[in-house]
Amino acid sequence: MTASRIDIALTVNGVPCKGAAEPRTNLADFLRHDLALTGTHVGCEHGSCGACTIIVDGVVTRSCLMLAAQADGAAVETIEGLSQGDKLHPLQQAFWERHGLQCGFCTPGILMTLTAYLREDPSPDAETLRDVLSGNLCRCTGYQNIVTAALDAAARMREGVAA
Amino acid sequence: MKAPTFRYHRPSSRTEALKLLSAMPSARILAGGQSLLPMLNFRVAFPDDVIDINRIADLAGIEATSDAIVIGAMTRQRALEKSPLIATHLPLMAEAIAQIGHYATRGRGTIGGSLCHLDPAAELPVVALAHDATLRIENAAGAREVAMADFPAGLLTPSLAEGEMLTAIEFPVWRPGHGSAFVEFARRHGDFAIVACGVLVELSPNGTIARIAIAIGGLAPTPFRLTAAEKLLTGRQPDTTALVEAARTTQEIDPLDDPQAPASYRRRLAPAIVRRALATALERCSLGAA
Repeated sequence: MTASRIDIALTVNGVPCKGAAEPRTNLADFLRHDLALTGTHVGCEHGSCGACTIIVDGVVTRSCLMLAAQADGAAVETIEGLSQGDKLHPLQQAFWERHGLQCGFCTPGILMTLTAYLREDPSPDAETLRDVLSGNLCRCTGYQNIVTAALDAAARMREGVAA
Repeated sequence: MKAPTFRYHRPSSRTEALKLLSAMPSARILAGGQSLLPMLNFRVAFPDDVIDINRIADLAGIEATSDAIVIGAMTRQRALEKSPLIATHLPLMAEAIAQIGHYATRGRGTIGGSLCHLDPAAELPVVALAHDATLRIENAAGAREVAMADFPAGLLTPSLAEGEMLTAIEFPVWRPGHGSAFVEFARRHGDFAIVACGVLVELSPNGTIARIAIAIGGLAPTPFRLTAAEKLLTGRQPDTTALVEAARTTQEIDPLDDPQAPASYRRRLAPAIVRRALATALERCSLGAA
């Protein structure tokens, strides 16, 4: 494999996708520019802000800190896969109802971080959620409503609201 | 920013990776990517070649031997965080892991990556130093073992020759009932520590300190053992005077000075962090049987 473009075949939200990218292209840019999935946002490009957080093979991942070429063969989940048509995911519904966002730039990363974490721990307390979300910078909300919404969503998901 | 151009290689076996590495001695190894990718994106690293070792299955894993825990270099920090073996046998590591970056970086970040990147304030090198870990380093011709104490060659510089790769780390286990504490201070949760301290301690039946290891990160260009304090404490009753004297030995270190914290601040902070780590480790320690 050389500096020329590398073929990449992966599934994104269950849909098989193909593309090609230079070795230096990160996964966030590949999703946005090549697959036109612009829900994943790019903030700092060095792993500090968490805006580009997605799930790769079940593992929560900064998509700016992974090369597109590394995702060849992977199952990727992004914010576009959360809702089912017009039906919002419980996390999205709770963030809407509890005002868990203002400008919304950080929201896709926060929702994907929480999606991954709630699979591991369906009943987190507020303190745990604050620790988990410490890697997602939000400069609007002050996090109060984000934590409230996440707790609310976790409760709904435990009650079996379709996730 | 965007990363500079490089060639990408994805070996599927250790042998293939070591062969590539010997053919391209200036290549950078891509493990979890939580340090290398920021360095590429910032354009502080300009490798011609990047060797991605994520598809080499036998580089990850946690195993217990009779007196040690052996960890594959590609083991993810999140796997260490969730491992019952680590929680039971390496409680110092378990406590340190929770302070590395964030949930979303520990999923990909690896132990080998952290040790080889060797940030002066990184948690895992401090843990490896405290435990007198042994590093297994391989090249295409064979393998050698290096003590963690000999691994840091300078700021962000491990003692790895061209063509060499860290493949596993062995952590000798301390006696059940030993005390441990990992204490760090950072401006924000998840940031690199300004000063970090890892302590392991065993007490004799009479309450004196039988064995102690004190490792420090963030204070100097490389993590180091506070040997003066270890000597001063061994065989002594761990009273307040002893702990204060031990913590004061940090004043002999010439501290790092950087935009995050001036040297004067680190000099003030270090004894407080060391004292806290010592006190916490001692609280968690049971009296020995020997």
